[in-house]
This record gives sequence, C-alpha cells and structure tokens, in this order.
Amino acid sequence: MLIVNDSTPIATNTSGAAIAPVAPKLVTRDLKFHYGDYLALKNINMQVAERKVTAIIGPSGCGKSTLLRIFNRIYSIYPKQRAEGEVLLDGENVLDPRYSLNRLRSKVGMVFQKPVPFPMSIYDNISYAIRHYEKLTRAEMDKRVEQALRQAALWNEAKDKLKQNALGLSGGQQQRLCIARAIALKPEVILFDEPTSALDPIATGKIEQLIEELKDQYTIAIVTHNMQQAARVSDLTAFMYLGEMIEFDTTSKIFTAPNDRRTQDYITGRFG
Amino acid sequence: MATAMENLYRRRRLTNVVALSLSLAATAFGLFWLTWILWTAFVKGLAAMNLALFTQMTPPPGSDGGLLNAFFGSATMSLLAIVIGAPIGIAAGTYLAEYARKRAIGETIRFVNDILLSAPSIVLGLFVYTMVVRTTGHFSALAGALALALIVIPVVVRTTDEMLQLVPAAMREAALSLGVPQWKMTMQVLYRSAAPGILTGVLLGLARISGETAPLLFTALNNQYWNADLSKPMASVPVVIFQYAMSPYDSWHSLAWAGAFMVTVFVLLLSLVTRAVLLRKKVAHD
Repeated sequence: MLIVNDSTPIATNTSGAAIAPVAPKLVTRDLKFHYGDYLALKNINMQVAERKVTAIIGPSGCGKSTLLRIFNRIYSIYPKQRAEGEVLLDGENVLDPRYSLNRLRSKVGMVFQKPVPFPMSIYDNISYAIRHYEKLTRAEMDKRVEQALRQAALWNEAKDKLKQNALGLSGGQQQRLCIARAIALKPEVILFDEPTSALDPIATGKIEQLIEELKDQYTIAIVTHNMQQAARVSDLTAFMYLGEMIEFDTTSKIFTAPNDRRTQDYITGRFG
Repeated sequence: MATAMENLYRRRRLTNVVALSLSLAATAFGLFWLTWILWTAFVKGLAAMNLALFTQMTPPPGSDGGLLNAFFGSATMSLLAIVIGAPIGIAAGTYLAEYARKRAIGETIRFVNDILLSAPSIVLGLFVYTMVVRTTGHFSALAGALALALIVIPVVVRTTDEMLQLVPAAMREAALSLGVPQWKMTMQVLYRSAAPGILTGVLLGLARISGETAPLLFTALNNQYWNADLSKPMASVPVVIFQYAMSPYDSWHSLAWAGAFMVTVFVLLLSLVTRAVLLRKKVAHD
C-alpha cells in the first residue's frame, strides 16, 4: 500500500487526489493522438510516478499501447501518426521537436511485445547501443554487459555463450535480453508493451519478478491486457477505454473500489 | 438427403481427380523437356570434357583447343558486373524499402525497376553499344561488364527491397527505441537480418548474367586470343557457344557443348549455394 505524504510534487489520480509519495516522472497534458484521420487518444491526462510501476490496462484497441508509444516518440517513424498536447519528462515537453530523439530514447527505454533480439551475438546485442553513446574500453564494455545481464537476471544462463547468436536463446531469455539491452543504456524510464504476451507462464513469472526488482532503480510503465499481471506487478493503474483515460489511481483502489462503473465492469470481466 | 450428399461428394471427388491429373500432366510435360535439355547438355558436354578445355585458347576453325580465354572473360566480366551492379542495387533497394516505402516516388521507382527487370537483354546490350561502344569507338570488356551490370541492378534492387520489407517492423522499432539513428539501424541491424536474402539476390543476378549472350554480342564482342585488357574485346563462354554451335566444324561443336555444360553446372551450383544460404537463415530463425 502506498502512503500519501505531504512532500510536493506528488502523483495524483484522475480526480486530483494525491496517490503516490513521489514526484511524477512523466506527465501527459491533454494528450491527443491521430492515426491519419482517426483520433485514437482523447485528452489523456495521467502520470507515471518515479520509481514505481504504473500499469495501463483496458480492452484491445483502447489506446494503451498507443499511449506508451508516445512516451519515447517511437510512433514518429510512421508518417501518418501524430501526437498533440504535452508529455513532460521531468518537466520538459518531449513532444517538442526541439527535444532531441537521441536524448529522449537514451532516457526512455522500451521493451516490446515480441522479443526482438538483433541477429548478432548476445554480447553485441547489448554493446551495440552502448557503443552509440559511449566510448568504452574493452574491459569497461565487458563490465557493462555483465552488469546489464545480471540486472536482467540473464547472466547465469548467458555467461558461457556471450559470443553465440542471440537467436539461439529461448523466448523468455530473449525477452530478458531485450530488457538487458534497454537497461544497459542506463535509462530513467522503461516502457514495457505487453512484455509477456508471447511467453509461457514460467518465463512470464521471471519477467514479472524482474520488473519488481527493477523498480528500485527505474520508473516503469507497463501495458498489459492481463489484469492479474497488472494487479501483481504495479503500484498504480490506469484504466483506458475507447481512447479515453477512465480512471487512474493506486492499483489497490482500481482493483478493489474503482470509482467508475466501466472500470468495475472491466476488472470484473463483464467486457473486454 | 443422404444420396444428394453422396452425389455431391462423388462429383467433388471427380473434379478433384480431373484437376489433379491435369496439373500432373502439365508438370510432367514441363519436366520432360527440361530433363531432355539437361540430359543432352550433360551427355554431350561430358563427352567433350578434357584438360585442354582449361589450358588452351579457343582454336581457329577446324583445329583443337580449349576455352580458357572464354572462361576467363566470362568470369572477369561477370564479376565486374557484380562489383558495379550489386552495390548500386543494394543501395537503391534500401532506399525503396526504408526511405520511400508507401510513397509515390517509391512506387514509381519500383514500377520502373520491374520494367527494367523484364527488359529483353538485347535492348540493354544495344543501349550500352550506343552509349559506350559507339562513343569510345571500339568493343571492350568494360562495355560488356556494364551491359551485364544493367541486368544485375534490377534483380538486386528487387530482392533487397523485398528482403528488407520482410524484416519485422518490431526489429526497426527495437533498434530505433535505443536511440540509434536510422542509417545505423539499417546498416547494422537490418542488413544483418536480411543478409542471406540480399546475398541470394546477388547470386541470382550472377546466375542470370553467366548465361547472357545478347548483351555481350554488342559490347564485349569476342576474342579468339587471350586478353586481360578491359578496354579490348573479350571472349565469353555464351558468345563462344553461339559462334561455335553455328559453325560447320565438329571440334567447335564439341567445344560449344563443353561450354554449355560448364555454364549449366555453374548455374546449378549457384542455385544450390543460394538454397543453402536461405535454408541456414530459416534454421537460425526457427
């Protein structure tokens, strides 16, 4: 359970009441999103609290992945997609074209639904992006790779085959490799877009445990259509429906005493 | 009710038997000629095999010799064509797949490239003849290689474009979400992923030009002697086959068969290598 304290600024729920004793790391203000002519997100106002796990849930097509994909501007590689409004990362609007993508993406990492290891060795998968940002000696790089793999709970399984192709790993291992790859850049925020929907229950358990451990150091936002998962791993939960933010509150509040009828219907399985 | 269903079933089985028989007959018809061609090439080619083939030059009418200069010429011009054509094709294919996807300019270029892909090679030969041979005033191996490169380019453009489009969007997003710029992502991630496919395109291009005669007739012409000078006419296996097969001399005929055999075996080996490359990629992905 989260205890609200009076230190400002603090994360607030949809009705403006304080819900987390920490600063909001990411804040969206009147965020709209267009796929061509289609308005997929309508005036989203929410926050992702620092060093907490914020889950975004809702039925398919509600815009939860769309929302997540705005946070690192990955949508911008598709010409017909457009975001409007503000997304403040530590108070700076990342949607401002002057905010460098390079800087944004070094601060906000992302893990996707399907594990996508690059077709190269396990070691190179991790060192690849680091090399883009930093000039490290061989020994330093070795250390960084090990550190990232340890944090992603993959080191013990991978340490003897660092030079082998990452495509030889199992699905769950590949996904942890992708997490390691994101962590290796020392981001501040990690976005998870349904990270376990392609994995078996055991691999899913490992990823969930990992997310639990990572929140000590990172701010985490996770999109999931598995409500149990949201209940298990998150501190705060946002419920979205038809492109709108219906309710955003502590996970325990959302799952035990939601304010909105639609939230209640969704979490009790009446639709979605 | 039951008989109506049985009738329907019987009719469908009959249709199935007829359709299957027709397609089997069509396959057999195609295979028959193909086997015959290959068989003739192998039997006549193998009979003409000897060491002199690889050690001696093409002979004057009526005497014995080999095809050394023609093999060398074919290898030189084909490789040069690949060296010129493959990088241009890969670069253009990358532009289509990564930078001009779903844009009018991309679709237009793709359309034009497809036309070029099916253009008769003799037209490409005439084009190079007008542009290079006429302006320089003489036939040359370089002109031959250029004509072959014009055949290679559209093949490589097409395969590179298609292979890059096969790389899942998630791979691009994953790389870009690390903050890596697009060109780096393309060079270091996408090319690795699509490498077997792109290589296949280059090998297919090589297979295609190794048997081309028409574009070389107008450009490299032929040469009865050893020549390693790119600015001079150069012999090539297909042109030698063309010339010798039409001659009245038995020794020339057998050399033509030997050349045809070698080209066939080369193309066969190339497609085997291509399949092996693609198969390895598939295994790696499974």
